[in-house]
Amino acid sequence: MLDSFVYLDHGATTPMLPEAIEAMTAQMATVGNASSLHTSGRRGRRVVEESREAIAQAMGARPSEVLFTSGGTESDNLAVKGTFWARRDADPRRVRILASMVEHHAVIDCVEFLQAHEGAKVTWLDVDQLGRVHPETVRAAIETDPDTVALVSVMWANNEVGTIQPIAEIAAVAHEYAIPVHSDAVQAVGQVEVDFAGSGLDLLSVSGHKIGGPQGVGALLARRDATLVPVTHGGGQERQVRSGSLDVPAIRGFAVAMRHAVANRPAGAERLIDLRDKLICGAQDAGFGVQVGGDWEAGDGLRRLPGNAHLLVPGCDGDSLLYLLDAAGVQCSTGSACQAGVPQPSHVLLAMGMSEHKARGALRLTLGHTSTSADVDAFLTALPAAVERAQRAQVATSPKQAIPRKTA
Amino acid sequence: MRVVAAMSGGVDSAVAAARMVDAGHEVVGVHLALSQNAATLRESARGCCTIEDAGDARRVADMIGIPFYVWDMAARFKNDVVDDFVAEYAAGRTPNPCLRCNEKIKFAALLDKALALGFDAVATGHYAQILEGPGGARELHRAVDMAKDQSYVLGVLNADQLARSFFPLGDTAKPQIRQEAAARGFYVAAKPDSHDICFIPDGDTRKWLTDRLGEQPGDIVDADGATVGRHGGAYGFTVGQRRGLRLGQPAAGGEPRYVVEVQPGTNTVVVATGDLLGIDAITGDHSRWCGPPPRGVASVGAQVRAHGEEIPATARADGRQVEVRLQRRIRGVAPGQSVVLYDGTRVVGSATIARATSSRGAASGGAGRNEVTDKAGSSTSPVAG
Repeated sequence: MLDSFVYLDHGATTPMLPEAIEAMTAQMATVGNASSLHTSGRRGRRVVEESREAIAQAMGARPSEVLFTSGGTESDNLAVKGTFWARRDADPRRVRILASMVEHHAVIDCVEFLQAHEGAKVTWLDVDQLGRVHPETVRAAIETDPDTVALVSVMWANNEVGTIQPIAEIAAVAHEYAIPVHSDAVQAVGQVEVDFAGSGLDLLSVSGHKIGGPQGVGALLARRDATLVPVTHGGGQERQVRSGSLDVPAIRGFAVAMRHAVANRPAGAERLIDLRDKLICGAQDAGFGVQVGGDWEAGDGLRRLPGNAHLLVPGCDGDSLLYLLDAAGVQCSTGSACQAGVPQPSHVLLAMGMSEHKARGALRLTLGHTSTSADVDAFLTALPAAVERAQRAQVATSPKQAIPRKTA
Repeated sequence: MRVVAAMSGGVDSAVAAARMVDAGHEVVGVHLALSQNAATLRESARGCCTIEDAGDARRVADMIGIPFYVWDMAARFKNDVVDDFVAEYAAGRTPNPCLRCNEKIKFAALLDKALALGFDAVATGHYAQILEGPGGARELHRAVDMAKDQSYVLGVLNADQLARSFFPLGDTAKPQIRQEAAARGFYVAAKPDSHDICFIPDGDTRKWLTDRLGEQPGDIVDADGATVGRHGGAYGFTVGQRRGLRLGQPAAGGEPRYVVEVQPGTNTVVVATGDLLGIDAITGDHSRWCGPPPRGVASVGAQVRAHGEEIPATARADGRQVEVRLQRRIRGVAPGQSVVLYDGTRVVGSATIARATSSRGAASGGAGRNEVTDKAGSSTSPVAG
């Protein structure tokens, strides 16, 4: 059973590339703190710097712009908090943060933290029904009071519905007012072309384990003129803004994965688009009135992530579907954040104007480098029985009208 | 069979799930999320459904090698259990939310969802037994460990629900369950038992109710109607209660006084000395039978609270009403509590207490209180005769 399961949750994490495992495990057998001054330390440092260069090259950045972190969440924290504090220090009027309503919680919760504890004011940027932020929305939000904006944060591609944002246009708008822009590109890297210099962004978050590298490592790309107040203090590693001994094996595995993911991206994306379209068309043809969340057109890989299929199944709870598909050997996600394992109504779908009822039937299927046509077939085979059962379960458990108890 | 094991994160449901696996069933662990904003960590032996509890349940599921999911029943739980609890207190009654949860959530919402998803039954860590009766019917019986017996809170289950339920712990004493959990390597083996009402984490029911119903100052009166004190809300009092009355003056004979009645219509609490508390006749409504209802006047044992004493009695069912005559008087019986009826160790069924009176003429809390409720607050006789 375990070796025959179908894994359609690459958006959560994707299997490590064999090359990355090999490079990382080889590094784990060596000693050396990259900050030590002796031979072993220098060897470790060399691996870190070669990895930094490889990542910079793959992402259109300069090596000095790559700051290693523990992953996407830490990168988002450093970008949002670090920029907010630095910009406010330079000018106390700058307390306003502009962030899209469909950000990952790593950004949303940072913003809300700054709001609650640091006096930040927040302007949440609306999205359209496809989940897209319009550059004019950003402009309008800035223009209410340009001098008070500390930063703009808009993700490159949405983790639930796969909508790709017009990042370069948004960055250009903000830069008219000399406002720095951050983008969480955790889902985008390896699926669409991500060129840091070309994007005009000031800050960009990327994660290792979404591209075939190890979990627990990532990077924040920060332009050399992007000033950041540190979030973690200590030994002063990584441009003095991210202290802590560098995880040399993980960084090496991350860099190897990045090189592969970016080099193989053009062909890989074409393959994923075909699989994604087959999955979506198959689900729509199953006859349950399945709808697609986000911006989908067959063959497109510029408006929607190639590997993202987001389905809305009428009359079902996503968590029932998840269980039934899991029991049938198909692993996927409801797409939304969990509280103690309970899917909450997705803030992304609600921001797109969807009703809570419709959002309950969301299922996120994300394809990756190990996905095959047979995986999609297996999903489409398992889907009808799962939908029928899940629809019955929703009927059985929907709250009934409370009947007042008669007393005597 | 394909069985959902309800796993709270505690030691009992952990062993129950493991025993179902050992018995050869295809088991899936399910933790019910019942709180709409679950706390991160457990604070005490009280409370439940924290993220830590869900994590404990997940760890046990991993160890026994079964799939595990969290099912969100928070909206149903609020609707059917918590709101009902508040409304019952507001109406001057004393509800038992554990019975309501078993009736409406664990063996209804959970069971219904499980059946719809293709399961055959639900297993829980309750201490009770299902034994085969005459003709192969499944009967609900007390657990062998009388100190832990939870058949009282299961007295609301009907035959259909019992046919789909497993209580794998009923044949074993609690200390052995802890030993078994330790032997299985469950680190929840030494986790404290949960107590009291799970959705009132600090155990202060009156304060919890005040937060929801607001301060409602009113009079405390004696059986003659003379005002003897003030209170902050009649809903915070229960028949038989002695503490927290803060009466200025003692009773004539210097005896302690107890709440004998709560009148929500006039927001009045009636107190009297203990001899007015005793009752031996109960009228119950909302009856639920675990098998065939009793015919005629049946000899039964009656229990009016969890872990309470079983009193020899007779019961006569009439539609959804039940008349119970106790062979001796007992004190502190509040409307809203459940009376569970036994035949030996077998649970016959249960009813919600509407009235509790004394056949020897002395009054008790039940009668007036319930009439007040039914007549939408038009207070009539506070003392039934």
